[in-house]
Amino acid sequence: MWHRIFTLMVKEFLALWRDPKSRAIIIGPPIFQMLIFSFAATQEVKNVNIAVQNRDWGTSSRDLIALFEGSPNFSKIEFLDDESQIPQAIDSRRALMVLSIQSDFSRRLAARETADVQMLLDGRRSNAAQIVAGYATEIVGRFNASLLQNERAPSSETIVVGRIWFNPNQLTTWNTVPSLVAILTTSMGLLVTALSVARERELGTFEQLLVSPLGPLEIIVGKTAPAFLIGLVQATNMVLIGVFLFRVPFLGSVWLLYVSMAVYLFSIIGVGLFISSLAKTQQQAILGAFVFMVPAMSLSGFASPIENMPDWLQTMTLANPVRYYIVIVKGLFLKNAPAEVIFANVWPMGLIALVTLSSAAWLFRHRME
Amino acid sequence: MSAQESPTRAWFRRVAGLVRKERLQIRRDASSYLIAGVMPLLLLFIYGYGVTLDLRRIPLALVIERSTPESATLLTSFRNSPYFDVVLTHHRANVEDRLIAGTVKGVVVLAADFSDRTERGEAAPIQVIVDGSDPNTAGLVFNYVQGVWANWLDQISIERRGTIAPRRTISAVVIEPRYWFNPDVRSQNFLIPGSVAIIMTLIGTLLTALVVAREWERGTIEALMATPMGRAEFLLGKLIPYYVLGMTAMAISVVTAVQVFHVPFRGSIPALLIVSSTFLIAMLSLGLLISTLTRNQFAASQVALLTAFLPAFELSGFIFEIDAMPLPIRTLTYFLPARYFVSSLQTLFLAGDVWSVLGPATLALAIIASVFLTLLVRSTRMRLE
Amino acid sequence: MSDEALAVVEGIVKRFDPQAPPAIDHLSLQIEPGQVTGLVGPDGAGKTTLMRLLAALLTPSEGRITICGHDTTGDLAPVRESLSYMPQRFGLYEDLTVQENLDLYADLRGVVGLERRNAYQRLLAFTALGPFTDRLAGQLSGGMKQKLGLACALIRTPRLLLLDEPSVGVDPISRRELWQMVYELVDQGIGVVWSTAYLDEAERCATVVLLSEGRALYQGPPKELTARVEGRTYLIENLGSQRRKALTLALRQKDVVDGVVQGSSVRLVMANQETRPNLAELGVAGATLTQAAPRFEDAFVDLLGGAPKGESALAKFCQQRLASQETVIEASNLTKRFGSFTAADQISFRIGRGEIFGLLGPNGAGKSTTFKMMCGLLRPTSGTAKVAGYNLYKAGGAARRQLGYMAQKFSLYGDLSVRQNLRFFSGVYGLAGAAQEDAMRRMIETFKLHAFLDQNAGGIPLGFKQRLALACALMHDPAVLFLDEPTSGVDPITRREFWSHINAVVEHGVTVMVTTHFLDEAEYCDRIGLVYQGHMIAEGSPDALKGSVQTTDRPEPTLEDAFIELVEAYDRRRIAS
Repeated sequence: MWHRIFTLMVKEFLALWRDPKSRAIIIGPPIFQMLIFSFAATQEVKNVNIAVQNRDWGTSSRDLIALFEGSPNFSKIEFLDDESQIPQAIDSRRALMVLSIQSDFSRRLAARETADVQMLLDGRRSNAAQIVAGYATEIVGRFNASLLQNERAPSSETIVVGRIWFNPNQLTTWNTVPSLVAILTTSMGLLVTALSVARERELGTFEQLLVSPLGPLEIIVGKTAPAFLIGLVQATNMVLIGVFLFRVPFLGSVWLLYVSMAVYLFSIIGVGLFISSLAKTQQQAILGAFVFMVPAMSLSGFASPIENMPDWLQTMTLANPVRYYIVIVKGLFLKNAPAEVIFANVWPMGLIALVTLSSAAWLFRHRME
Repeated sequence: MSAQESPTRAWFRRVAGLVRKERLQIRRDASSYLIAGVMPLLLLFIYGYGVTLDLRRIPLALVIERSTPESATLLTSFRNSPYFDVVLTHHRANVEDRLIAGTVKGVVVLAADFSDRTERGEAAPIQVIVDGSDPNTAGLVFNYVQGVWANWLDQISIERRGTIAPRRTISAVVIEPRYWFNPDVRSQNFLIPGSVAIIMTLIGTLLTALVVAREWERGTIEALMATPMGRAEFLLGKLIPYYVLGMTAMAISVVTAVQVFHVPFRGSIPALLIVSSTFLIAMLSLGLLISTLTRNQFAASQVALLTAFLPAFELSGFIFEIDAMPLPIRTLTYFLPARYFVSSLQTLFLAGDVWSVLGPATLALAIIASVFLTLLVRSTRMRLE
Repeated sequence: MSDEALAVVEGIVKRFDPQAPPAIDHLSLQIEPGQVTGLVGPDGAGKTTLMRLLAALLTPSEGRITICGHDTTGDLAPVRESLSYMPQRFGLYEDLTVQENLDLYADLRGVVGLERRNAYQRLLAFTALGPFTDRLAGQLSGGMKQKLGLACALIRTPRLLLLDEPSVGVDPISRRELWQMVYELVDQGIGVVWSTAYLDEAERCATVVLLSEGRALYQGPPKELTARVEGRTYLIENLGSQRRKALTLALRQKDVVDGVVQGSSVRLVMANQETRPNLAELGVAGATLTQAAPRFEDAFVDLLGGAPKGESALAKFCQQRLASQETVIEASNLTKRFGSFTAADQISFRIGRGEIFGLLGPNGAGKSTTFKMMCGLLRPTSGTAKVAGYNLYKAGGAARRQLGYMAQKFSLYGDLSVRQNLRFFSGVYGLAGAAQEDAMRRMIETFKLHAFLDQNAGGIPLGFKQRLALACALMHDPAVLFLDEPTSGVDPITRREFWSHINAVVEHGVTVMVTTHFLDEAEYCDRIGLVYQGHMIAEGSPDALKGSVQTTDRPEPTLEDAFIELVEAYDRRRIAS
C-alpha cells in the first residue's frame, strides 16, 4: 500500500514540476512578492509632501518650520502665500498636511501666551494623516521643550519612560517579513491542492485513478504530499531570504518553526482539498480558492490588528488558520517564543486541519459517483 | 437568397450575437456569480467591519505593584480610554509572557514607590514597554499611553491644587489637527473606496483572463474563427459583457458603501462613470491579453493574480502609503492602473469632483488602457497560428 | 460557374517546425461542387492540417490555396463567406442551449428576418432537433451534438462545407442519418469535404484523397482504388472459437497482406490474384474458403503496405489462465436511476473467462452507464456487479486490482513522460522493485515505445498514445480488461495492431469488455449485448445478431444493418404496446 501511495506522490509532484511554465509559476511569484512587498507593506509614512502657510513674520515660526524641514518623514515643504491656496493644495493631493500659522504667532509666544497652529489634514488618506499628525505633534512637543529650556522652567515632572521590546529600532521589515513568510506560503499551497483534483476531472484522468486499486484515503494522502513539500521548501526559502537578505533576526527554535509549519500546511491543504472536491472545473476551483484566500488574509491580523474587529468577527477569525500562524512566525523570529506559547497556537490549527481534511475525505468518497 | 444586410448592420449584428452568447455563458456559470456578486459584498463587508486601521481596544497590561488611591485613579483613567482593554496584574513577571505571546501589545508599570514619590512631589517614573514587532502599533500605543497619562496628571493637579507640578509651566504652541473630508477619521471612509478598486480589478482581470483561454481549451474558437467574424467583433463581444458586469458590480458596491457603511459620496455620477470606465477598459484589456497569450486557465489565473490583483492590493495606496515605499517600487506604481483608480475613488467619495486629481488620473488610465488595447488587438489573430 | 472547382490547392507545403518533415508536403488537389470529397489516411497524415488550411485558419508555407477564387492568405472575409467549417469537437458552446447556439451562428453569418426563420425551420426539421431547442448543448448525446454542429455550419448555406471527422463517437444510426443529410446538401450543389478514419464512409464519397505523411497517395473515385484488390479478398468461414488463432496463423503466411476477424470468420487480403490462402496451415477442421467482395478498407491497407505483421509480443509475457466455463464478470439486475430518469434498467449478463464481450448501443441509451457500473465508477441504484468473484462495492480495492481500464479519450498524464506514465500505472497497481522494472521493460518492447520514453505523453503521435494507454492498462497482467471506445478516431492500421494485442491476451484467458460505435470492431467480439433505452434488447454472437435480421431482401446483413434493425424493431414494439 505504501508503494502505491508513494507512486501517486511522485506522479503528483512530477505533474507540477515537469512543465517549465508551472515550475516557474511555483517558484517565481512567491520570491518576487517577498522582495517587493517586504518593502511595500509598510505602515510607516515617509517622504510625504506637506505645505505651510505662514502669516507670521517673527523668528519663532521660522524655528518651528525649520524643525519640520529637518524631519526625515517629510520630503518637500511647499510654502503657500495665501489662505485661499490651502484647499487647492489638499484637494489635488499635493500636500497631505497643511500647517497654518497665525500672524501673531511669534508675538504671542514672546508674551508667554498660547499660540495656535492649525494643522489641516487630508482625510481621504486618514491613516497616513493620523500618523503624520503624530509626527507633527511630536515635533511641536520638541519645539515646546526647547522653549521651556530657554525659560529654565522647573523640571520636577513625572516622567514616562518608554522601552520598545523585540524591535528596538522599530524597523518595519522586522514586522512585514515574518508576516509575509506566513501569508505567501498560503496562496500556493491552497491553489496547488485546489486545482489538483479539478484538473484531473477536466482532463479525464480522474476516472483512471478511480478504477485503480487506490482508495479515497490513499488518493488524499497522495494529493497532499506535493503541496506539503512545496510549502515546506517555499517557507524555507522565504525564511532564508528574511534572515540573510532582510537581516531580520531569527531568535526562536527551528524545530518549533517546522513543527508548526507542518501543522499549518495541513490545515491549508485541508481547505484546498475541500474546495477541490466541490469544484467541477478548474475555473470554479480557482475562484473558490480566491473566495477563501482574500478574507483569510485580510482577517489574519496582518493588515490590521484582530483586536480592533467587532467581537463577532473576532470569534469568526478563530477558524482562520492564518491568524495563528502569523503569531507563531513572528513569535519565533523576534521574540524567541517558548514552546508553550507556540503550542497554544498550534493546537487550534491542528483542529482546523483535522476538520477540513476529514470533511474533504468524506466529500471525496461521496462525490466519487 | 434573400436580400443581404448592409455591411454595417451585419457587423453590429455579429457583435450583438457574440455579446449575447457571452452574457448567457456568464449567467449559466455559478462561479461567475461568486466572483461578481459574492466577492464584492464579502470584500466590502471585510473592509466595512473587519479591517480598520484605527486602533481601538488595544490589549494593555497595567502592572500596579502596590495599590494606592493614586494607582486606582490611574487604572480608571486607562479603563475609560477608548483605546485600551486593560488587564490588571501586580507582578511584572506575569506580563513578559503575555507580551511574547502577543496577548497584550503594551505594558505600563507603576513601581511600588510610585505613590510615595508623587506624594512628595518628586518625579515618579512610570515605565511603558511596547511590543515592537509591529512598529506602527507600538508607536501608537506609546502615544496613547502618554495621552492618558497627561490627562491623569491634569486631573490630579486640579484635585490637589498644585501638589504635583503642573504639566505646562508656560503657555506654548498648541497644535490643532483638523481632518478634512473625514473629520471623524473613520478608516472605513478611505478603505471602502479603495476596496471598490480591488473589486473592479478582480472582475476586470480574473474573469476575462479565463474566457479566451477557455475557448482555446474547449476548441470552440476554431468554429468561431471560421465564420465571417473579424477581430474587432470578437474583442467587442468579450469586452462589452464584462464591462457591463464590472459596472454593475461597481454600482452595487457604491450603493452598499453609501447605504450600509455610510461612506459619503461627494462626487458626481458622470465623473465616477468616466474614471471607472477608463479603468475597467484597461483591466479588461489586460485580462484578455493575459488570456490570449497564455491560452491556459491555470497559467492565466496565476498571471492575473500576479500582475493585477496583488499589485492592486499592495502597491496602489489602498492600504500601504505609496510615499513610504522605496524609489524603485514607487516608480513601478506609476505603471499600475489601480494606483490612479484608488486615489480617484477616494477623492470622488470624500472630496468631490476635484479635476486636478481626476484629470491626470483619467489621462494616465487612458494611456495605460490604450497600450493594453493595442497589445491585445495585435496579439489577437483570426487564424490558428 | 458551378463547373468550376470550389477549392484549388496548388503545390502547398505546410511546415510547423523547420527541423521536422513538413505536415503537408507538395499537395495539389481540387474540390468540386455537388459531391462529397473524402479525406482519409492514417493518424498524423495531415488531415486536420489540410482542413484548417482550407478553412483559412492556417496559411500554407509554400503554394497557394484559392477558395471560390479568393486566395486564403489575402482578405479573409470573402473566403469565410463562402465556406463553413465544423471542427473535430463540433465547436459548440456546451453551456448554451440548442437555440442559443443557432442564434449565435445566425448572427455571425448575418442570417436575418424571413431567411432566418426559414433556415431554422429547415435545419430543425432536417436534424430532428426541433423538440430539444431548449436543451443545453452539453446535455445532448454525441449524435445530437454532431447534428447541431452541422446545423450551425449550415445556417447560411455555404458553397463549400468542411467536416473534420464528424463521425467520431457517433452511433451507427446517427451516422447513417448524417450521411443522408449530406447527400441532400450535395444535391443542392454544395461541395463537401469529409475527413474520416472510418473507411466504410469513404466508399460513400464521390472521390477520395488518401493522405499519408502529408502527401496524396491516391486521388480519385474510391471504386477505382477498391478495384485494385479485386480477386484478392477471401473469407474463411466456420472457424468458431479458433478464429483468433487462425488469424494469427494466416497473417504469418507470406502472401497475406491483411486480415481481420469478422464474426466467426476471418477476412484475408492476398498480395496478388494468383495465390490463395493456405487453409491447411490453419489447422481448423471444417473451415471453408470463399472469395469475398473487395472493400475500400482492403485497398487502403494494401496501399499503405498491409497489416502489421507478426504476433503480438504480449503472447510471450502473459500468464496463462486456464480457459474454463467460469464466469469472470457478472451483472445481475443492474439498475441506475438519476432522479426520475432510469438510465439502466435491470441489466443482467455473464462473461466467461477468455471471452470478448461487446457493449453496443446508440448514444445515450445506457451503454456508458452500464459500463461505468461494471468498472466501479458508478454505484448502481440496485443490483450487483461482480468482477473476478469480488463484489465491486464491497471489496472495491481487491476487485480493482484485477482489472485494467482504458478510457475513451486519451486519459494518461499528458505532462508526464512516457516512462513516468508507465512507472506510475505499474506502481499504483502494486508492482514494485524488480517486478515493476520487468513489467515496464516488457511493455516498452511490446509496444515499441523506446523512441518516446522521455517525451511528454501528450506530445506523441495518436497511434503511440493509444499503444501507451493499452500498455498502462495491461502492465499488472489483469484478469479483466475494460475498453471504452478504445479505437475511436484511430486509423485501420493501428486498429489492427491494437486488436492483435487484444487477441493475444484473450487467448491467454484474459476477459475483455469493450464498448464501441465502430461495428467492424464489434466483429471481433465473441458476444455482443445491445443496450437501448436502458434495456438489454439483444444479446448474442455477431453472426447470431446478423442472422436474426436476415430477410429475403437482405440475405447478407452487416452488423450495422442488424444494429439499426434491432433498435428500430424495439421502437416499433414499444409504440405498438
